[in-house]
Amino acid sequence: MAVLEIEHLSVELGIQGAWIPALHEVSLTIERGEVLGLVGESGSGKSLTALSIAGLLPANARVAKGSVRLMGEEVLGKTDRELNRLRKRSVAMIFQNPTSYLNPVLTIGDQLTELFELSKRDAWRRSIEALRLVRIPDPERVVSRYPFELSGGMQQRVVIAMALVRQPHLVIADEITTALDVTVQAQILSLLAELRRTIGMTLLLITHDMGIVAQLADRVAVMYSGSVVEVAGVRTIFEEPKHPYSRALLETVPTITSERAVFRPIPGAMPALTDPPSGCRFHPRCAEVFEPCAKTRPEPTSLTSGHRVACHRYARG
Amino acid sequence: MGEPAILDVQDVVKHFPAGRAFFGRRGTHVRAVDGLSFRIPRGRTFGVVGESGCGKTTLAMLLVKLLEPTSGRIVFDGQDLAQLDRTALREFRRRVQVVFQDPYGSLDPRQTMASALTEPLATLNVVPDRTQAMERVREAIELVGLDPEVLRRLPHELSGGQRQRLVIARALAVGPRFIILDEPTSSVDVSIQAQILSLLAALKARQGLTYLLISHNLVVTRGMSDIVAVMYLGRIVEMAESAELFTRPLHPYSSALISAIPVPDPEAATIAALAQGDVPSPVNIPSGCRYHPRCPYAERVCREQEPALSELRARHHAACHFPGVAAK
Repeated sequence: MAVLEIEHLSVELGIQGAWIPALHEVSLTIERGEVLGLVGESGSGKSLTALSIAGLLPANARVAKGSVRLMGEEVLGKTDRELNRLRKRSVAMIFQNPTSYLNPVLTIGDQLTELFELSKRDAWRRSIEALRLVRIPDPERVVSRYPFELSGGMQQRVVIAMALVRQPHLVIADEITTALDVTVQAQILSLLAELRRTIGMTLLLITHDMGIVAQLADRVAVMYSGSVVEVAGVRTIFEEPKHPYSRALLETVPTITSERAVFRPIPGAMPALTDPPSGCRFHPRCAEVFEPCAKTRPEPTSLTSGHRVACHRYARG
Repeated sequence: MGEPAILDVQDVVKHFPAGRAFFGRRGTHVRAVDGLSFRIPRGRTFGVVGESGCGKTTLAMLLVKLLEPTSGRIVFDGQDLAQLDRTALREFRRRVQVVFQDPYGSLDPRQTMASALTEPLATLNVVPDRTQAMERVREAIELVGLDPEVLRRLPHELSGGQRQRLVIARALAVGPRFIILDEPTSSVDVSIQAQILSLLAALKARQGLTYLLISHNLVVTRGMSDIVAVMYLGRIVEMAESAELFTRPLHPYSSALISAIPVPDPEAATIAALAQGDVPSPVNIPSGCRYHPRCPYAERVCREQEPALSELRARHHAACHFPGVAAK
């Protein structure tokens, strides 16, 4: 059974008295033990998609249509109480800045133990195990430390440990290494790769970094201006990307080892939600634009099994 | 590096007091920049990479005289920065400009772009009157590929990419020879990043500029720089021509930085975390080689003696007791 199934999800945001479409017909699935990389630039709708899954949409957002099922159970339309129950056992989220998710006046142990419904002594023991799982050196000592006594990398490990405590079906990681230095980022990414192997973690990995996706994801979904423009296996995305945006995104950044480092810009900028272009949202920046692009928004087409692209170039007439 | 240098940094140190002396307890210092020497040849791009706390930004502030060094000398175009009188200082400010990371923070939210861009021209006496100032600003706006219409707007009415272009235009308008780029693209998306970097490269060629590029992004540094210096806790640990440094690094810290970058190729080897732990605080700099607590190859000598930066290959300097150990 799929851990997560999102079907035709459309979300609107209330901006200056009007409902503005922010997500358009987003469909995604994640199987057990799979890592799905969700990539795109700021404003593409990655985080809004993640918040919909956890039932954490902001107050000015409403679901226009669609369905989000976690382990077969519909998330949308649930009461706060039901959502709390769901978040407790099904889904855990990890965000960019660990400092804001740790209570500064409680020790790491105090914050971990309250997640276990166990006696104080057992919970303390389990907390140390949880810290060991995320490779925190000397967990017996760290458990009685306060967050400010730990480095950014260690704090992020603690947050990951907290997310894993209840053995959630799905972990959502939203840009969790963006605020870290590269050498520390490498440590956290190795940890994620290890957790995937050892505990079979199912992960929705949200990032703007194609390198991280290449190293960790099984499948990749590329988002642009509120839509999923392409979904495919990780090798397909890197070897045969079809959507002009996926291709351009891969070419913007040269690799560190390449002989001549050239930056290939994508002209223009991501459109504002309040003033979107007609037809395909990418057409004003697209090098392969033709007649239908400005007129109608392309529907997703399946090219091969598991490879979907929303582009008029690949539409079947 | 026998070419004439536009900037010559000689053993520069900047310490900030962090704790006061108290009954025989010695005062502590943040050793932000702890003995830096390098030269930047005219017309080249000198890249500085390093993680948080390595002293990159303090270095930028020292180079534009927003901070005074604790010791050492900075010579720009033959003039010692410590010796500049008022007239010379104004001339220096005209020739040396900085573009900071966050364009939003570099712009007054209530000032129109026209006023934000003409202001430095007036302050630095670049042009005699307002008409000529506007003329120069329009030229600069065109150079960065913006429509002069943006001059009527306020910062919040612009996109991140437009704001960064405007900050670059403001720096260009005064006619600088040398621009310090402090993380110029870390606040914009990748597609915009490529636009800004291509623009900076084109401007450099057209205007004959020299750049000092400060970045934590190795891919950006590699693509933009001729010479690269790797900083760690206030010191340069390795310095070489860009291609040489990234393909044949000698210092284990440089190797760790390079291998930490996730390669955008699913077939390539997985992420290697070669550096252990986190960057220590610049208040408590480790003994000996300052990288030794994180270095998987550290031996006794590394804990005891600080290695000197020396030329180990032609124009390739490194400060390590076991250079090239990570490559073996």
